[in-house]
Amino acid sequence: MPRAFTPKVVTANALLEGDVIYQTATGWSRDLAEAEVLTDEADADLRLIDAAQQVDSVVGAYLADVDASADTPKPTHFREDFRAKGPSNYAHGKQEAASHV
Amino acid sequence: MYNYTDFDTAFIKERNAQFRAQVERRIDGSLTEDEFKPLRLMNGLYLQLHAYMLRVAIPYGTLNSRQMHVLADIADKWDKGYGHFTTRQNIQYNWPQLRDVPDMLDALGEVQMHAIQTSGNTIRNVTADHFAGAAADEIADPRPVAELIRQWSTDHPEFQFLPRKFKVAVTGSPNDRAVTKAHDIGLRMVERDGVAGFEVIVGGGLGRTPMIGKVLKDFLPREDLLPYLEAIVSVYNLLGRRDNKYKARIKITLHENGLEDFSARVEERYALIRPQFTGVDQQMLAAIEADFALPTFRQEKVREYHEARDHYPAFRSWADTNLAEHREPGYAIVTISLKAHGATPGDATSAQMRLMADLAKRYGHDELRISHEQNVILPHVHKNDLPSVYSALRAAGLGTANVGLISDIIACPGMDYCALATARSIPIAQEIATRFDELKLEHDVGPLKIKISGCINACGHHHVGHIGILGLDRAGVENYQITLGGDGTEDASIGERAGPGFSAEEIIPAIERLVLAYLELRDEPAETFLQTYRRLGLAPFKAALYPEAQANAA
Ligand code: HEM
Ligand code: SF4
Repeated sequence: MPRAFTPKVVTANALLEGDVIYQTATGWSRDLAEAEVLTDEADADLRLIDAAQQVDSVVGAYLADVDASADTPKPTHFREDFRAKGPSNYAHGKQEAASHV
Repeated sequence: MYNYTDFDTAFIKERNAQFRAQVERRIDGSLTEDEFKPLRLMNGLYLQLHAYMLRVAIPYGTLNSRQMHVLADIADKWDKGYGHFTTRQNIQYNWPQLRDVPDMLDALGEVQMHAIQTSGNTIRNVTADHFAGAAADEIADPRPVAELIRQWSTDHPEFQFLPRKFKVAVTGSPNDRAVTKAHDIGLRMVERDGVAGFEVIVGGGLGRTPMIGKVLKDFLPREDLLPYLEAIVSVYNLLGRRDNKYKARIKITLHENGLEDFSARVEERYALIRPQFTGVDQQMLAAIEADFALPTFRQEKVREYHEARDHYPAFRSWADTNLAEHREPGYAIVTISLKAHGATPGDATSAQMRLMADLAKRYGHDELRISHEQNVILPHVHKNDLPSVYSALRAAGLGTANVGLISDIIACPGMDYCALATARSIPIAQEIATRFDELKLEHDVGPLKIKISGCINACGHHHVGHIGILGLDRAGVENYQITLGGDGTEDASIGERAGPGFSAEEIIPAIERLVLAYLELRDEPAETFLQTYRRLGLAPFKAALYPEAQANAA
């Protein structure tokens, strides 16, 4: 039996700032909570191709696993957790942006 | 210090202009990432986990106060007010924006700095002993030779696409502070019958297959250096494997072909190209040497230093750990610790950079150095100025008295920044330092080098740490493997794996058990951790690390 497809999001880095971004239904967000969760493999592949074609705004798009059991997607691996949060030694990156709102 | 010629200045200007145009074409979408990536890497620009990272070369770790000021200005203007000094005598900025990088490079160019060949399969920033030109134990200053190698290797047409990155380190002292045996080529100055030359060590390296370099030539006369280096690199360029990135470093080339075969090929190549080197390189070297002339040292009786030592225990403690012996009796070499307990190893704020620059200008003949141990050095300070230097440093959070001790940890950026990481390294360093500060044990423990890498690439030199820590991803959880007995000096050795890894919560108590065991095991307080380890071997340390296994076996 082929492995069951687990929920995913399309993620990449923004071309200009390098910040971690997630694909939403209509564009991109810096917040994993707003990412579009993809549960169908064929659909996920198409969304990834779409992302990879946006060469003038995103870099290095790939599919990342998420836990979709709650209201908003959560990372399943610690690397994605750090990408979603920012570094642990300073409140920089997304943490800084969050404290400004 | 070396000063750019008109040629150097024009070259950097042109490179920066080219890169500016490349960035514009990337932003407007006419270059894809696949096309742009090699171009940005050639100019030291990486894309990391959360942002871009710009790696700037500090050739052989030497800079003046004006350059340090510009590094601080760049941190304020285009980054987040700090910089990270690395084991390769570079500085990395963790948050530049793509659009700003050409301006950052121009600002660097103004003070004769750049980011060329800090990445890619080229000859990288040449590193050298950070005490060069100041150390009491030195045969000669290795930096003129390092500068000659830099000029020869920068934009060298034959060596822009080597099988893999290529790192060269030079030391002028028998006490190796430049880790020459863990470099693709390590050069150690030696003298034979009054003639100056080099011992040439090849094929050292860390990473996934750590190896200690082997002596390819035990004595190479000084004037033969460039042709001989050129012969080595060109043999490697042809012979090195391009089919497998993990087998592409010269250490594997040497391992697969054998030292004898490799050496024979180098000699053959050398015989062919030697006549092309007509002595111009030696004329250049003579000119460079003039740039590195010693400062005029102050002749003055040492008095204030002794008074301060007698009256201020904090100063005495700092002086005992952070000073090294200078070639000039009235002077000292000051190591400024960038390892305040709990801080990120190697990070300095812009304010700290400016203070260090100002101290260098006022008290240190305008020179600063970056060490591979991620500290900053004032190489020439008169001992009478040390109390003033210390109090200024202390006020800026730079007065930590821990150089060479357990909290003077090397740590790579790990998964807090690096896209290749398998685990974090910075928080582990922070916690170890904080813990041993609480225990108030580190001065009692004495010299002990802990080095941490966040993946097998070993940027944190963990293989040559007395205690090495390697962060791995074990089934989706951060896991830390300990190696013991590594050494990066002239007696270089690769650490031995102690056993199964520890979780992030377990690793700090494990290190504590290990160090407490050492205190029990040492013959006398003067016996260092490494000496005790070499005397007793792994077993007693392993017992301390894995008490459950002991209990089960009993
Ligand atoms: C963008 C972050 C970095 C990346 C992508 C990176 C990449 C790598 C890779 C792939 C290797 C293994 C090379 C091989 O074995 O062929 C390596 C080795 C090494 N890197 Fe890094 N590195 C990074 C940051 C650093 C930093 C911050 C330092 C200094 C603190 C550093 C110093 C070294 C050293 C000393 C080695 C091992 C020596 C050697 O065998 O070359 N790197 N790096
Ligand atoms: S050792 Fe690994 S994690 Fe650390 S900087 Fe190097 S590549 Fe990144």
